[in-house]
Amino acid sequence: MQKLDHLKESPSQTAGPYVHIGCVPNFAGVSGVYDSDLGSPMVQDGVKGERISVSGTVFDGTGTPLRDALIEIWQADANGIYAAGDPRGAGDPNFTGWGRTAGDSATGLWSFETIRPGAVPFPDGRMMSAHISFWIVARGINIGLQTRMYFPDDPTLESDPWLTRIEHQNRVQTLIAKQTGPHRFQFDIHLQGANETIFFDV
Amino acid sequence: MSDGALFHRDRNWQPKGLTPDYKTSVVRSPQRALLSMNTTLSEETGPVFGHDILGPLDNDLILNFAQPGEMAIGQRTIVHGRVLDENGRGVPGALLEFWQANAGGRYRHKKEGYLAPLDPNFGGCGRTITDDQGGYRLRTVKPGAYPWPNGVNDWRPAHIHFSVFGPSFGQRLITQMYFEGDPLIWTCPIVATITDTAAVEQLIAPLDMNNTVPMDARAYKFDIVLRGRRSTLFENRMEGN
Ligand SMILES: [Fe+2]
Repeated sequence: MQKLDHLKESPSQTAGPYVHIGCVPNFAGVSGVYDSDLGSPMVQDGVKGERISVSGTVFDGTGTPLRDALIEIWQADANGIYAAGDPRGAGDPNFTGWGRTAGDSATGLWSFETIRPGAVPFPDGRMMSAHISFWIVARGINIGLQTRMYFPDDPTLESDPWLTRIEHQNRVQTLIAKQTGPHRFQFDIHLQGANETIFFDV
Repeated sequence: MSDGALFHRDRNWQPKGLTPDYKTSVVRSPQRALLSMNTTLSEETGPVFGHDILGPLDNDLILNFAQPGEMAIGQRTIVHGRVLDENGRGVPGALLEFWQANAGGRYRHKKEGYLAPLDPNFGGCGRTITDDQGGYRLRTVKPGAYPWPNGVNDWRPAHIHFSVFGPSFGQRLITQMYFEGDPLIWTCPIVATITDTAAVEQLIAPLDMNNTVPMDARAYKFDIVLRGRRSTLFENRMEGN
């Protein structure tokens, strides 16, 4: 029999406690190597859409904030187009779509200054509700955790083709941010416990 | 043409979340099953980084933090290899970021308490972007092994951390490179989060005498594989999509 010639994906290893040296060195105090840390700002003047701030905290199973996590997000622009790799065309030139930040080293609080994304299509052509993809790494996390954040005032959530595939609908609320003020959203992530965030194998 | 869904991750090849011998994972691993989904545009797209973000010394940890005329102390080491996908194709334009302890096993970080000294000429971070064949190289000093608080006498094998960006956000990966012949690899609880020996071997870089620079620096070869993508040709998308 012939062999399949696929390679295996490199195994993940934890980002460890010093991920900041590699990914946000200026934040970590290793200055002078790069001008600035990647992943911020996400928006430039002239960006289209509603400017919003998204912040939150990652909690471990004891309810303690992670103060050493690194959070990355990826999202579409206000028209629902991704800044790169999108077969439907070019996105807003004043929006990167990608953000990276470390939690505050004292409180663990993280935040992104971004814009509210537009809806993007599911593979079958239906539209998915507007969302922000998250990727979370830290010491003690062996492989990056993937989840999504949705918006609480979005009338399309109940028919969203991704969310409606979730068996335990009582957990969907773990993916929906809270609005805490005009243009301000809070999205706390719980690694364990009664409110454990839904994480995806995707 | 590979423009369809990403291959699913092999979760038996990858480490599990809960690995009690690596104690910190106990309260930081999801307890409920991960929800399996097929990828969408949200995972298949991803940010692109241009070579214009790179400075000339970004991939040279011997010089990129050193005072003018000085160099980091340690065993001069070249690491080179390719970023590939599971289809065996080189991944051009991939952003690689790497970080490591200095030759004595000490990180330049305020939370680091190991008594080995800092090297004033070593910062410990670097980055590069793969060429049109997926190839990359960096120069550094070989990191030292270091003790860490887990068991009473746990030591990390010498390693370099790698963060990798392919073209898809769903390919996002952080891993570590180990060095051929290091006996600490097989005693490390973090390495042992990977249960398949063949998977551990995939993270061990062999000494590469052909690329070693005589009288200068030894070379190690380290390839990195990211998730592949299916062709859409026979995918059940709606007509016209
Ligand atoms: Fe390390």
